[in-house]
Amino acid sequence: MYGQGLLKGLSVTLKRYINTYVDDFKWWGKRYFNAEGIAHRSSKDANGIFTVQYPEEKLPTPEEFRYVPFLVYDEGANGEKNIRCTSCGICAKACPPQCIWIVRSSDPVTGRPVPQPAEFYIDADICMNCGFCAEYCPFDAIKMDHDYELASYGRNVFDKERLMKPASYYAQIRPLNNAREETARAEKAAAKAAKAAVTN
Amino acid sequence: MTTPAVETLDLAAKFAGVTADTRPGYAGWIVPAEALTQFASFVRDELGYDLLSSLTAVDYLEQNQFEVVYHAYKTAGGPGLVFKVQIPRQDPAKVASVTPIWPGAEYQEREAYDLYGIIFENHPDLRRILMWEGFEGYPMRKDWKEAFYEEEAKPLKSRWPEGRHTLAETRVPFGDNVSFKPGFDPEKWTPTDPEELLYATLRKYTSETKDGITTDHVLVNMGPQHPSTHGVFRAVAMLDGEIVVSLKPVMGYLHRNHEKIGERNTFLQNMPYTDRLDYFNSMYNNWGYSLAVEKLLGVAVPERAEYLRVIMGELSRIQNHLILFGMLWNDLGAYFTPALYAFEERELILDIFEAVSGTRMMCNYHRFGGVSRDVDAASLEKIKGLVFERLPRRVEEMNRLLSENEIFVSRMKGIGYLSPEDSIAYSVTGPNLRAAGIPYDIRRADPYGIYDRFEFDIPVRHNSDLLDRYLIRMDEIQQSLRILRQALQQLPEGPVLTGKPQYQVKVPAGEAYGRVEAPKGELGYYVVSNGKGNPYRYHIRTPSFINITSLEKMCVGGKIADFVTILGMVDIVLGELDR
Repeated sequence: MYGQGLLKGLSVTLKRYINTYVDDFKWWGKRYFNAEGIAHRSSKDANGIFTVQYPEEKLPTPEEFRYVPFLVYDEGANGEKNIRCTSCGICAKACPPQCIWIVRSSDPVTGRPVPQPAEFYIDADICMNCGFCAEYCPFDAIKMDHDYELASYGRNVFDKERLMKPASYYAQIRPLNNAREETARAEKAAAKAAKAAVTN
Repeated sequence: MTTPAVETLDLAAKFAGVTADTRPGYAGWIVPAEALTQFASFVRDELGYDLLSSLTAVDYLEQNQFEVVYHAYKTAGGPGLVFKVQIPRQDPAKVASVTPIWPGAEYQEREAYDLYGIIFENHPDLRRILMWEGFEGYPMRKDWKEAFYEEEAKPLKSRWPEGRHTLAETRVPFGDNVSFKPGFDPEKWTPTDPEELLYATLRKYTSETKDGITTDHVLVNMGPQHPSTHGVFRAVAMLDGEIVVSLKPVMGYLHRNHEKIGERNTFLQNMPYTDRLDYFNSMYNNWGYSLAVEKLLGVAVPERAEYLRVIMGELSRIQNHLILFGMLWNDLGAYFTPALYAFEERELILDIFEAVSGTRMMCNYHRFGGVSRDVDAASLEKIKGLVFERLPRRVEEMNRLLSENEIFVSRMKGIGYLSPEDSIAYSVTGPNLRAAGIPYDIRRADPYGIYDRFEFDIPVRHNSDLLDRYLIRMDEIQQSLRILRQALQQLPEGPVLTGKPQYQVKVPAGEAYGRVEAPKGELGYYVVSNGKGNPYRYHIRTPSFINITSLEKMCVGGKIADFVTILGMVDIVLGELDR
């Protein structure tokens, strides 16, 4: 019969239309504007309305999500910021669009290089969020961020001040990665201490 | 490496003048320039290499020669044949065109002419293709330098240890290092001449007088800003009423000289750039590139990583076809409701990519010798939920939604026909070739990764019209799901990367051609290394670019209204069409 295919298709849309209300009733009051509802809407069982009302609702960012990098610093006992970066330059060399600029600092008296960056810039407009800097940093000093709301009217050139974020923030956005790296660092330190004990 | 079966194939004995390429790391045959046409017909007719996969050029500045590289394959499957023509590096550098033998070489030769200035004699329409007509110079030549040029290769020395940030535009003010033809002023230039040149290539409709009414041809420009061309793509059509008499695609609006950027990058730095080719399938783009470089490196990929590559690759095939359906339904007037149904499923797949690789579309997931990170248990559960429960159901529903719709079928059936012979001649690959009845799929014809382990069919349809090209993609989703089910059940434990992660790889000198069956067709990477940190040549054979060669053939004789659907079914994406 001519028109059968058409009706078949329309039955799908009708089913979807009804399902929207069924799902709304099933999840009455819990479907919108709360974490559980958002998780349901982006799960394999999602039915009905699928969209998320950004910015009132936001999809949770998965741990591996990567956006413009930041520099990790450890908080000292007196609130000082101990930056992990040693300005070795690996991130600047690995960076595909070459958006990382680093100036090494040197001791004012001896003139020798000090393992700390004097200046650190990331041109966030050029950054392609590939994550190589974080992947190849041997000191866990540069990490990819979760903060994706960076829209601005001007150019975004981030300097060291803007890039520095505490280690606690890193532990909060990437708990699993952080735990793994903490263990690796602890093991490394233990091995080093053992080695030192042997040589002494 | 795509080495021919040397034992059975001693071309030097069979064809006078042909010598084996004996440079270390290289393979294939060197053909004298004057014998190219005969050799090409010999290769196609006697040896059966009917599909010209890739044609490109390399500029060997030190040896002072250009090399035109051809990769030919059999649609029956098996390894390929590489042959090269070396010509002196001078102006004009001339080589015979192979378009009479493989019409699919047309745009590839135009590209080589555009970027290297190699003149292909007897080419039907040798004009610039990616660059604009007024452009001075040939940008892929090794001695050509781009605006904001800093150094020959990355990493740039200005970044460390004294890397004070400067904006590129203040460092090299525009105009200082851009050269134009003598007497050429970009401010005063108007694009009349190239347009005339383009229109002159269109076949004119012969005006005739009938019953006292004189008819004339109509010239229609579609795009570059047209919603149905899926990006900045333009087509110029000559019409007789509403019947297309002649049609030429115009491209290059999104050209960024990806290959030149690739030659400045280190090997690893190219990986995230490949994401930006076909931005729907970054997982597959990564795969082709890592395959080529792994051939050069000789590095093995761990089991688990191979499985993860297959899982991600097939998921990306599904979402690519879904987005194609969505856009197709849109083009045909089933406005946005079906498109958003397709997007819903795609969104769930992208969520997986985001959780696994870090980004929804620019995945940057593969590394040489593995993948960048393992998949976590939660994501694996999600993939299983999709593959075993949701997607089969939803794809079936989408099939029910429109596949039998009478209006839809009447707009697709018998439209855009391309004969199987033409499909091969025009180097069409991917679903569109299989819709013409040719069961050519690299996963089966020349398996890469671990595809030889899975049980799956190569769907084939025989009408070679739009409806078949649509239905074959439905079939392919089913087969992808089948592969995914097997891969998920077999997924072994273990490492995902061979060796330590390193940002600088030492790639031995040589050449390699890595090709994969990307969702849109055959995706090939031709990489030449000279032992330094960055590739000497980095060429991409993109399915969009080469499949579009047959566009005119499919459109001529049909109605202009069908052009939109035909173009939609070629499945182009401008990121890889223009590169």
